[in-house]
Amino acid sequence: MTSSSGTHPPPWRNVRVLRAGGQTFFLLTVGTLIWFFLSNLSQNLSDQNLPTGWDYLEQPTNFRISGAEDFRPTQPVWKALLIGLKNTALVSFAGIVLASVLGLFLGMGRLSNNWLIRKAVGFYTETIRNIPLLVLIIFLYFAIVLRLPNIKEPFILFDTVVVSQRGIWLPWTEGDAIFWGAVLLAATAAGITALWRTKRSEQTGIPHHRVLYGAGAFVFLTIAGYFLMGSPVSLTLPEHSGRHVDGGIKVLSEYLALLLGLTLYTASHIGEIIRGSIQAVPKGQSEAANTLALSAFHRMRFVVLPQAARIMLPLLTNQYLNLVKNSSLAVAIGYMEITQITRLVMNQGNPGVPNIALLMLFYLVFSLCISALTNVLNQRLQYVGH
Amino acid sequence: MAAIQPSPSSNDLQPPYTRTTPLSWVLQNLFNNWYNTVFTLFFGVILSYAAYRGLRFFFVTARWEIVETNLTNLMVGQFPRNELERVWAALFLLGGSGGFIAGQAKQLSTQDPTSPPPSPGREQILDFVRRAWPFTILVLFLLRLSRSTTIMLLILALVALTGAGRLIGARIPGASPKRITIFALATACATLLLLLFNGPPSQEWGGLLLTVFLSTVSILASFPLGILLALGRRSSLPAIRFVCVGYIEVIRGVPLITLLLLSTILKLFLPPNSFDPNDITRAAVVLALFTAAYVAEIMRGGFQAIPQGQIEAAQALGLVPIQTIRLIGLPQAIRKVVPALVGQFISLLKDTSLVSIIGLSDILKVSRSFTSQDDFVGKGLTAETLAAACLVYWALCFTMSKESKRLEERLGVGER
Repeated sequence: MTSSSGTHPPPWRNVRVLRAGGQTFFLLTVGTLIWFFLSNLSQNLSDQNLPTGWDYLEQPTNFRISGAEDFRPTQPVWKALLIGLKNTALVSFAGIVLASVLGLFLGMGRLSNNWLIRKAVGFYTETIRNIPLLVLIIFLYFAIVLRLPNIKEPFILFDTVVVSQRGIWLPWTEGDAIFWGAVLLAATAAGITALWRTKRSEQTGIPHHRVLYGAGAFVFLTIAGYFLMGSPVSLTLPEHSGRHVDGGIKVLSEYLALLLGLTLYTASHIGEIIRGSIQAVPKGQSEAANTLALSAFHRMRFVVLPQAARIMLPLLTNQYLNLVKNSSLAVAIGYMEITQITRLVMNQGNPGVPNIALLMLFYLVFSLCISALTNVLNQRLQYVGH
Repeated sequence: MAAIQPSPSSNDLQPPYTRTTPLSWVLQNLFNNWYNTVFTLFFGVILSYAAYRGLRFFFVTARWEIVETNLTNLMVGQFPRNELERVWAALFLLGGSGGFIAGQAKQLSTQDPTSPPPSPGREQILDFVRRAWPFTILVLFLLRLSRSTTIMLLILALVALTGAGRLIGARIPGASPKRITIFALATACATLLLLLFNGPPSQEWGGLLLTVFLSTVSILASFPLGILLALGRRSSLPAIRFVCVGYIEVIRGVPLITLLLLSTILKLFLPPNSFDPNDITRAAVVLALFTAAYVAEIMRGGFQAIPQGQIEAAQALGLVPIQTIRLIGLPQAIRKVVPALVGQFISLLKDTSLVSIIGLSDILKVSRSFTSQDDFVGKGLTAETLAAACLVYWALCFTMSKESKRLEERLGVGER
């Protein structure tokens, strides 16, 4: 160690120089790799005279979209993509709600003290989790939904639901859309009422009964609004005649199979998450609640579930994200969501790279937004202190 | 109800012995209060009906001829029939050395003083049944359909060879994790060589063979990349960290199907007139790149779980960073994440079904093609073919997930 440079080591042993050099070298390598692929891409595109750029978004679509009857093939591609987005949102939202409900039941069933329910839920979970979702969706569509009765002689349930191969018709409402705006307002008012009750309870100590007050406000306002606006909406029942069904709302058979598949699959995972997080709450907590003579419901509601929720939240959002990503498996059965529409657009001879880039961007932005939201929620839910 | 017997006359008090009669068990577990009685009756009826329909389909109404005729297709796709010896040879190689590795691993675990003492033979057989029943069901189902004495004899020989390998593995002394790893890698290479060397072109591969091949190759290839990404994500150099985080988050944020769609135009990203990768290579590359991001997150968890003191001790001993990772970090991290890695492998095996969408004849695509054959077209046999594919996936995944759970208990993850 007879270095003449005193406190400064030579550059090849100086950690700061080495770190900067290493990072520069790494970035250069990655950059060269990306540049290599992109230059190949532009070379190949010009060699093979392939279309480039984003002009295709304004071109006519040239195919029909089942389930969107007012869409014409002459309308531009971007409109078709918007319909795809809407369909992805439709199936994902319904899937998330249904899977959560079913998953909650499955999770509770697996913790039940009834042997039959415990074993049945265990069997269901182990079966569904070990079959690929794609196989499940294809099975539901080709072996179950498409085997439903023909449209000529459908299966009619209580005169209100028409079940056939082509889809299911359910009772629906028709009439003024403004009414639904009024319902939204009523819901907001109910929420404010519940908040007011909570605050008042905290100030005065009287029981809040916020659910009762909130629900009461909602029901009262909705009924009042309905009569004030002069019966703006009415119920329509599907009516079957020959090869047609009039009235009601049609649920496409592809939508049905995809929704069923996503729900059954995700619910089996959600059930396991709920079971795991309830079991992960230390046993001492339950025992302490028993010592304080809380009832089984209060023990669950005020002691176990709030702590289980902290464990559950990140895992559940992960499952919801997975469900949205898995809705892309619709390509196997032809439900017109964003991936399937992108694929059809590509098959029309439109450029592949911008198409796929747009598709990936959509999923990516969505995932990152949800992750950011979860992080915020997660921080607010964690224990304060320490 | 439960009857309490008097404690034995010895001085140390035994816990009260409760005898469970079948009746008391039923009363306690099915009808212990009014709502459980309602649940039991209600679900009992529904479940019995579902079980009746399911079993009736499986044993009576299902027309398995369609699977029976196409059994070879289901297993290997269009693999040339005069080259099938390759597949059998590969199976025998895997069986023999798999048994050998299991024997050596058994030796390792008995060296561990904390492991339970060896159990008697009858219990070992029971243990095997408990572990491998889903896979056994699959083999029996396939044997029942094949109706061929040759195949049955071959399977028996395979089982015998695996058992022999295990016995030999348990006898040959000096087992070590290093030897087991080298032996496993050598087996994998030899199997690949056996299947690929001068073999049929890749577009003739299909069925279960393709599914297993794709998932195995992808997980093996994704492992080193995943470790590098995990290390990069934990690196103190911001540029490396940034690139690795970006890669992991982008890949995990998009569905696999979009990446597979991208792989169909992969050729556009390669130099003009250079090599043109075939479908299987492209799919394997995409699956490996996809899985690497997930493996990276698993490995990151493993690295994070190592106590800081271990790394500090390594530094105090004067190990350079690479030695610290190789000798101290990796062995402990891998030990912690083995069950999670098996889980990832299961999910990869399920995800390979997506390659059927971009036109590869994996087990799903092959089984769906049966219904368009001349003999079976328009007979409505979709349920049978898909049920056969489901059974194959279920047996493989379920066996592996049971093994991974067992491994988790053995390694005591989360307890040490």
